[in-house]
Amino acid sequence: MRITQGCFSFLPDLTDAQITAQVQYCLDKGWAVNIEFTDDPHPRNTYWDMWGLPMFDLRDAAGIMRELAECRRVYGERYIRISGFDSSHGWESVRLSFLVNRPKEEPGFRLDRQESGGRNIRYSTHGYAAVRPEGERYGS
Amino acid sequence: MTQAATNVEQDDAAPVESVDLRKEFEAVDIASVLAQLDKELIGLVPVKTRIREIASLLLVERIRRKMALASTFPTLHMSFTGNPGTGKTTVALRMANILHRLGFVRRGHVISVTRDDLVGQYIGHTAPKTKEILKKAMGGVLFIDEAYYLYRPENERDYGQEAIEILLQIMESQREDLVVILAGYGDRMEKFFQSNPGFRSRIAHHIDFPDYSETELLSIAELMLSEQNYLMSPEAREAFVRYIAIRKTQPLFSNARSIRNALDRIRLRQANRLVGRLDGVLTSAEVMSIEAADVLASRVFSDGPGMPGTVA
Repeated sequence: MRITQGCFSFLPDLTDAQITAQVQYCLDKGWAVNIEFTDDPHPRNTYWDMWGLPMFDLRDAAGIMRELAECRRVYGERYIRISGFDSSHGWESVRLSFLVNRPKEEPGFRLDRQESGGRNIRYSTHGYAAVRPEGERYGS
Repeated sequence: MTQAATNVEQDDAAPVESVDLRKEFEAVDIASVLAQLDKELIGLVPVKTRIREIASLLLVERIRRKMALASTFPTLHMSFTGNPGTGKTTVALRMANILHRLGFVRRGHVISVTRDDLVGQYIGHTAPKTKEILKKAMGGVLFIDEAYYLYRPENERDYGQEAIEILLQIMESQREDLVVILAGYGDRMEKFFQSNPGFRSRIAHHIDFPDYSETELLSIAELMLSEQNYLMSPEAREAFVRYIAIRKTQPLFSNARSIRNALDRIRLRQANRLVGRLDGVLTSAEVMSIEAADVLASRVFSDGPGMPGTVA
């Protein structure tokens, strides 16, 4: 199951040229661009690991694309996303975030239904990949 | 952004057969940059000639790329050698502008660094620090002042070597993204290149900055003063000519920088002289003018030629 999230989630995966253009857009707006990765695909997982430090004061996307290549080399079998953080007063939050890397095989989710009091049903989603311990979830 | 966009277009377009050289020359408008260089920088004839040559080369290279004749990206890393105060930093700024107009760097900003910005203080500190600076310089020019401090042969565990290795690697693999300019004093740079042959082979243009002559120093002083709306009286000018002649023979003379410092102190004395007599009415001519006494009060005259020690 192909997991989507963030910006451009209805589009096919972006090519490197397209990612470069998006990153350059962020930099031209004065946002700090960050690279994050995770191997827990659950949509409510907001705690992604950061690759290096947030990159402030950059002018050109080439430096970030170099870091992304390095991150893919190390964590090619995980989800990697790029986010643009706007530090200006009143925003102080992430303005743009999109996936730039995904594992080759994504096993998807199981839906659990739990019958509780009365005729209520509680639902929970359960990532098949998350059964295994962190770091061993996608092949590597 | 627009620059990057046009570059992409060029890559996609079919190769052209002929190019109107004049139109191409005017389109990138380096003529105005070169004219500005001529106007703002006094002397430095060999440097200007080299920059003109490099600009022509890059213009032709750009046309060759349009005609799909050039396959590899040219090496643009440079080394500026010369004594202190000969205008290396100023020329580096202009160079970035020229490279940007010709489309060889995407943004055209200059990141000016020294050893402290690249080399860390403990194990594992250097690599992230150097990479951080390189990331900031991407798409522009990285200007490394006094580059020979990166290499300290007397300490074999010095972290400078690590910075040099990262630098060399990026200079080779990301030539499209970054132009590195090394600057420093001639003899020490020579030693630096001898002990790091990798640098010499990766640098395409070595430019040597000559010292200024006394007449050039005088015109520099006049240019600086006129920019700040000051005027030297004929006597003050004559005194300043003598000042330059004596100051040049003294140690720690750093060309235009010494002149600028001398002018700062002369302005100080002029201000002191004006404030000294509070009762009069000042005219704008008086506020602008620098008198011989302001120049002659310098300690350079009392110390005489060749005297070591502090300089006033």
